Amino acid sequence: MIMNKKQDDKNVAEKIDDLAKDTIKSIEAGSNPDITFPLRGLSNVYFDETMKMVKLGDKTQTRNFFNVGQAKKFMQTFLVARVIKELVKENITAPIRSIYYNTKHTIGDTSEETWEDQSESDPIIEDLEITLGSLREELHVRAGQKGSMVGNLTIIDAGDTIDLRKMGSGGWSIPSIVEKDIIKFKECEADYILFIEKDTIWSRFNEDKFWKKNNCIIMHGGGQPPRGVRRLVRRMHDELKLPVYVLVDNDVYGLYIYSVIKQGSINLAFESERMAIPEARFLGLSSFDQEKYKLPDNVTLKLKDIDRKRISEVLAYPWFKKKQWQDELKHMVEKGVKLELEALSAKDFKFITEKYVPEKIKKKEWLV
Amino acid sequence: MASEDYAKKLGAEMHAISVAQFFEKNKHLLGFDNLTRALLTSVKEAVDNSLDACEEADILPEISVQLQQIELNRYKMIVEDNGPGIIPNKIGEVFAKLLFGSKFQTFGGKQGRGQQGIGISAVVLYAQNTTGKPARIITKTKSAKQATVVEVKIDVMKNEPIILSQTTIDWKNEHGTRVEVELEAKYVEKKASVSEYLKETAIVNPHASIKFVDPKGNREVFKRVTDELPKKSEKMKPHPYGMELGTLERLLKATNARVLSSFLTTEFDKVGSTTATEILKAAGLDPKIGPHFVTIEQADKLVKAMHGAKIQSPSTSGLSPIGADILKKSLESEYKLDFACSVTRTPSVYKGNAFVVEVALGYGGELDIEGPISLFRFANRVPLLYQQGACALTKAATTTSWKNYGISQSGSNMPTGPLIVIVHVASVWAPFTSESKDAVASIPEIVKETKLALQECGRLLSVFIGKKNRSHLAAKKKEMFKNYSIELARELSKLTNQDEKKLLAKLLEIAQEMYKSGQLKPEEEEAQLAQIEKRKVGAFKKDKDEDGDDYE
Repeated sequence: MIMNKKQDDKNVAEKIDDLAKDTIKSIEAGSNPDITFPLRGLSNVYFDETMKMVKLGDKTQTRNFFNVGQAKKFMQTFLVARVIKELVKENITAPIRSIYYNTKHTIGDTSEETWEDQSESDPIIEDLEITLGSLREELHVRAGQKGSMVGNLTIIDAGDTIDLRKMGSGGWSIPSIVEKDIIKFKECEADYILFIEKDTIWSRFNEDKFWKKNNCIIMHGGGQPPRGVRRLVRRMHDELKLPVYVLVDNDVYGLYIYSVIKQGSINLAFESERMAIPEARFLGLSSFDQEKYKLPDNVTLKLKDIDRKRISEVLAYPWFKKKQWQDELKHMVEKGVKLELEALSAKDFKFITEKYVPEKIKKKEWLV
Repeated sequence: MASEDYAKKLGAEMHAISVAQFFEKNKHLLGFDNLTRALLTSVKEAVDNSLDACEEADILPEISVQLQQIELNRYKMIVEDNGPGIIPNKIGEVFAKLLFGSKFQTFGGKQGRGQQGIGISAVVLYAQNTTGKPARIITKTKSAKQATVVEVKIDVMKNEPIILSQTTIDWKNEHGTRVEVELEAKYVEKKASVSEYLKETAIVNPHASIKFVDPKGNREVFKRVTDELPKKSEKMKPHPYGMELGTLERLLKATNARVLSSFLTTEFDKVGSTTATEILKAAGLDPKIGPHFVTIEQADKLVKAMHGAKIQSPSTSGLSPIGADILKKSLESEYKLDFACSVTRTPSVYKGNAFVVEVALGYGGELDIEGPISLFRFANRVPLLYQQGACALTKAATTTSWKNYGISQSGSNMPTGPLIVIVHVASVWAPFTSESKDAVASIPEIVKETKLALQECGRLLSVFIGKKNRSHLAAKKKEMFKNYSIELARELSKLTNQDEKKLLAKLLEIAQEMYKSGQLKPEEEEAQLAQIEKRKVGAFKKDKDEDGDDYE
């Protein structure tokens, strides 16, 4: 394991050096330096029918230095590459936000900054991952922590043994890098994983000791789950052979979170094979739940224009073509409303933990 | 007999009261309501007088204005011109009798600066009222051997000049007039100052040379830009378009014409016998009716027929526009500019009065980049310095969409940026909002013409600004590649330990060669850069990737 890691580091440093050397070579030859890397975005992803996940296509994109629209990004790529090489050499990790601050400075005697905000530096880091063909953790880069977990499971986190049955009300905070050299699974009695969209509802489940009563693991990713959370669910699914149930709001964003866990995302399509769980089960909320559970109209929220726009985009994605997903979204549009998980409290505060989830699992009322 | 004497006495009293009271009551309307304004009005009246006198005599005006401080809030104003001079027995009337001028007209007439002719004698009266001192006049006609020096006051009871002394002296000038008055006043250096007024006057009177010595002894010279005198304006008849019923009735009563057809051909501009016949036919009136016998109903029909008839545009002989070329040249001689353009519209008509609008724009150069633009308003070659907000010309300027021409503007506010806008309205009867002639009244025709002229100039300006932006982008792009090269060379050097300076030199070299060989096309790049710039100022940056909230 340790040997492996050293090997990785050497590779990353070497790959960055190669990138720099190639660029210097073209500069010395008097030509316009360029970097070629796979194109990211909707135009270069496809749905792999056999693997059941969103994968990156083979379209590439060439970034030239002497091009008005690309010059800054080209320069920024090397700014980040140099910092990553330093991180690797010193064997420390840094959050993506620190990389942003570390490389942010005023250019020359202009008033222009190397970055305007972090939304500019994050994609450059992703570009580098894909260009170097290295995982983010191999680049010693991590995201901010988001997401918690508790359940009938003991793990080892960076050498410390952690009993996830004794994590109090806040739970164990899921780190950004969860590879085997950091996180190991020790004892697990749980039968399944319940993945919940938001922390507030997760707290409800933890307070009711849902995981104890139902012998499972409960976790959340604080909205759209970060890569660490997605990777950890996938590892538990693979290595502990646990089925994954997903509980999200009944809106297009909730359904999309399920889809990202299930088959991956467009932006990180190159990571799908390490993260996607095609067998993940959609528990709810379903667009048909309001009728089914006789929820009053006053707990629904009206769809906004932006919701409808997003729904029509998602309806067109090939991995949403299956009839059940089309039905879910179309029914949402027909009703013109969306439903939050909290809306189930209209019945009873414990309705969601004592009736809704256990019954749906028991009656196998989920979609895959 | 006794009753006749009484009537005479009464008449004299009424007259006397009216002159003295007239000034007191109308001080604010005449432009003497505060000390700063009084000084400016005095200079303005004297300079207007000088310009008019020179033009009447076909002389290129050379005017000097000098202000001397006597004590706090007391100044001596000396205005000297090279005009034709005044014959000795008329001096008193010119300078010390209110409402003396020949310019005072009820309708029609010709384009002139003063219009009311109350001008200079009001200054003499104001000086006399505030300091008790007479005006001192030196004047010489070309034929006279010596100049006449007169000290004169106004008899406010009789509205008659009082000559205190009259002598002759040898004078350096061949001909001309010098006025000296001492008055209560306050001198300011900024906005609406004497200097500003003279500068603006010089812009719209490019044939004049104006010198100014301020109270501290600083000299300013506004040079002559053209040797061409303005075309002399002639007395003009009213044009039938825009004729109002009341005015028509007055004209019908006053005319010497014996029948309606000749009334129309003799009293109106651009009406010949064919047009007159058409108008009368449309009005259903007998051409042989005597004008004095026209009833109000018939007059009403006549007015309507006049408005509906097809008549040539009013003659412009009474108008004296500056001319687009000269106006532009004049603007350029007063300011360092990157761009100037101008336009003179074809004459138009409001309420039977011909008018013409001229606009000149000056952009860039030494002008202030921030803050509102400078709008200079003129009517009949006279700067309008007060009541900007109430003026139709201001309204026309603020309701023009300057954004279309590359000038920033929020809503209908005064636009901002390095721009001077000059608007000149020349008309035989310029419609002011008040007697002090500070603001042009909101006549729809004038606003419309002014806007059209502004738009015409605006389009020329936008072409220039477009080019300027492109060259700005070219410079920006060069700078951009240079700065990014510095950054890139440093990072590459840190990664590989290669020499940073060599890398940078090589990078800059490549850029140059690529332009030479045509691999990089400046036009395309600039278009691209313009797009990037636009995006920066436009909508908020997208904070989500294209597939939604999926960054991590």
